[in-house]
Amino acid sequence: MSVKSQRVLPGFGLALGYTLVYLSLLILLPLGGMILKASELGFGQILDIALGERSLAAFRVTFVSSLMAASINAFFGLIVAWILVRYPFPGKRFVDALVDLPFALPTAVAGITLATLYAGNGWLGSHLEPLGIKVAYTPLGIIVALTFITLPFVVRTLQPVIEDIETEVEEAAASLGASRWQTFVKVIFPAIGPALLTGFALAFARALGEFGSVIFIAGNLPLISEIVPLLIISKLEQYDVLGATALAVVMLAISFALLLLINALQWWAANRHKNSEPLEVSAGKAKAGEA
Amino acid sequence: MSANKLTRATQEPAWVRTLLLTVGLGFLFFFLGLPLIAVFVEALAQGLPIYLDALKEPETRSAIWLTIVIALAVLPFNIVFGVAAAWAIAKFDFRGKSLLITLIDLPFAVSPVVAGLIFILMFGSQGYFGEWLAVHDLKIIFALPGMILATLFITFPFIARELIPLMQSQGKDEEEAAVSLGASGWQMFWRVTLPNIKWGLLYGVILSNARAMGEFGAVSVVSGHIRGETNTLPLHVEILYNEYNAIGAFAAASVLALLALVTLVAKTVVEWRMKAETDMLNAELPGEKTS
Amino acid sequence: MTHFRKSIATLLLGLLAGAALADATLLNASYDVARDVYKDYNPMFQKHWKSKTGESLELKQSHGGSSKQVRAVADGLEADVVTMNQANDIEFLADKGLVAKDWTKKFPNNASPYTSAMVFIVRKGNPKALKDWPDIAAPGIEVILPHPKNTGNGRNTYLSAWAWALKQPGGSDAKAQEFVGKLLKNAPLFAAGGRDATTTFMQRGLGDVLVTFESEAEMIAKEFGKGNFEVVYPSLTMQTEFPVAVVEKVVDKKGTRKQATAYLEYLWSKEGQENAAQNYLRPRDAELLKKYAHFFPTVKTFTVDEVFGGANKAFASHFKDGGSFDQIYVGK
Repeated sequence: MSVKSQRVLPGFGLALGYTLVYLSLLILLPLGGMILKASELGFGQILDIALGERSLAAFRVTFVSSLMAASINAFFGLIVAWILVRYPFPGKRFVDALVDLPFALPTAVAGITLATLYAGNGWLGSHLEPLGIKVAYTPLGIIVALTFITLPFVVRTLQPVIEDIETEVEEAAASLGASRWQTFVKVIFPAIGPALLTGFALAFARALGEFGSVIFIAGNLPLISEIVPLLIISKLEQYDVLGATALAVVMLAISFALLLLINALQWWAANRHKNSEPLEVSAGKAKAGEA
Repeated sequence: MSANKLTRATQEPAWVRTLLLTVGLGFLFFFLGLPLIAVFVEALAQGLPIYLDALKEPETRSAIWLTIVIALAVLPFNIVFGVAAAWAIAKFDFRGKSLLITLIDLPFAVSPVVAGLIFILMFGSQGYFGEWLAVHDLKIIFALPGMILATLFITFPFIARELIPLMQSQGKDEEEAAVSLGASGWQMFWRVTLPNIKWGLLYGVILSNARAMGEFGAVSVVSGHIRGETNTLPLHVEILYNEYNAIGAFAAASVLALLALVTLVAKTVVEWRMKAETDMLNAELPGEKTS
Repeated sequence: MTHFRKSIATLLLGLLAGAALADATLLNASYDVARDVYKDYNPMFQKHWKSKTGESLELKQSHGGSSKQVRAVADGLEADVVTMNQANDIEFLADKGLVAKDWTKKFPNNASPYTSAMVFIVRKGNPKALKDWPDIAAPGIEVILPHPKNTGNGRNTYLSAWAWALKQPGGSDAKAQEFVGKLLKNAPLFAAGGRDATTTFMQRGLGDVLVTFESEAEMIAKEFGKGNFEVVYPSLTMQTEFPVAVVEKVVDKKGTRKQATAYLEYLWSKEGQENAAQNYLRPRDAELLKKYAHFFPTVKTFTVDEVFGGANKAFASHFKDGGSFDQIYVGK
């Protein structure tokens, strides 16, 4: 089937060629330059930098909090995207527009504002701290900042896909006797699953590199609340460009491996879905037509 | 009667709707609403006249213009790349697709400061192309071209990543039908593909636009911070804040938030036009679905 | 419309940048809180230069973190002069051959036209009676300071405490490190920068004491009101310098050596010194220091050169990876 469609649809060579050239010039060439620079250090030294006690702690903090933030956003993002597409409620347009805010607000402003909100005397912190929950200047603060910064990803990748689900399919499922929950699990979720995973991957990736907002709320204590980008800045403060690029390259390699894994998973899920879906859909459409 | 049954299965029970609305809106309120309110509270702390005065500063004005110029400059590049990449990836099967997607994601995982640094490594006076640029008296870093490059890097994945899951879920039947009916490649693109992906494309544009305007880390490394010349709005916010001009800083930040809301207007306009079109079609073809 | 034209002009300017607009344009790359100083100083110098030579000068400012600014200059930002708040930043440019090796000798007073001192900011009425370094290193006190490894402000605090401990009877580097370690344990967080530390202390109400530049105290008063805090001068503290230098490579290329040198020299003039004093920076001019004595109480200070043998050496042994700061935390 794939071979046939490659013959039918035009533009493959042009689109892929352009993609590869642009990607190479803007992304791969500069990143390659960075790797080349870091390689001046030699493999052993790069490992030394990455495996120091502080670096290891920073890697752990960075990856764990990014994972948490992306998971929080996957869960709530799905709900938000769903209500934004499906449910009418007053002020919806405004809420919809609000979702992009974390991108437009400079990250430092986000960090300063969040720290003020969650500090012991802040609007939120003053209610949380009596409960024994300290957010500002703890690793929890890092998760809050990263959740804010990456919030748009899941919502915005899901929205067009949910908008695209044809209600006929759901109607068909319903007329075949499926309950709403069954329809969601069997029909809707498979359709939006790949996009959800995409949103998760993007949020996770973005969280890994985030710096500007985190430093204002993290507390930045060595071994406890230091993130990798802060260590990179620290190297630059020492005019150690090589050390900074070395850390950046290690970070890049790990992120790349994780993203590759998520994307492969996503692709596998999408294809499995693609191979089984047309049958259901055509069956559903036929049935709907009869009704 | 059957309509009633259908509603039951295509809509969630009332209590589920209420629950989802509460959870979704509650999440947005705490993570987006409150920070936004806090920004405006800080900006308006000394009243509207002072707020407006802060925005009248020539340096703030020039920062606003520079920010808009950069956002507009990167937009066409991102659209062309996003559509081309999504077309190749979503509509065709080829080896290494997951790898290609991961490479497209990569700029997200690169810490913004590192993203700026890689362009310094390339084009800075000690960089790989530094000498050549100096000999030809070309300036990339610490001038507009470098800032545009850094912004391109940061916003690289948005549109492609928004379109890929959407086009994937749409499949290629419609385009194949168009081609088999004798449409040329461009006709197929303008008449079939583009209308299908308009929402995803719009979300992608909105997101990359917001990010382009709000980016701090990468741009700050390559800008040189020359006041009134290479200072974008997010950079200006930082400077104002550091100078103990909190009103000015938060006022400038609120402008960025408002710029993000402007996209709301764009989206609303597009929505209205689309709706008018479908209404017309529905009027012409009563009883027919327009999918 | 003019703004639109201006933005087009900015665009073109950006594209053509590098081709200098006029001989008489100077770019001053400076640290991030220096704006108030140079906002007033620049027009003063323009007037002075015009009356002296008839030449009209365009003066541009660039502000950012001190070492970030210096890195930008090393990477090709065409600044004619650098006016920083850390000597090791200018040393870096000297190593790269952009600034004269003997830059400290090119101008008086170690090429630092004004100074400041590290002080304690405490809550109104000084409820915890914090007077000196051992008070704020005592258990149970919360100290707010910016990251000692990544910010100039934090580094100065760290070195001040170190120097105090070193100067005590029987003081040694080992004892100093132990003392600084105790002080750092009192820090619930390391702020992102000087300004962030202030916000954390003043607005968010965290901590018993904030350690920062004397000049910041007046900025804090400007934003948070004078009566809300008190300034405490410890028994010994660092005299922080604000070194300046001409970027040789750039002025040679642009032909602006004469203007750039005059621009920096003028900082030592009566007008320049008075401007510094009005911005709460201690002038070198003894007369003016006396005139503004109400801003600048007498305090026993040391310089980095005296105690640590220079900014570069201090940086290397304390703040480089593996230095004393890292040892306090990683304990190797």
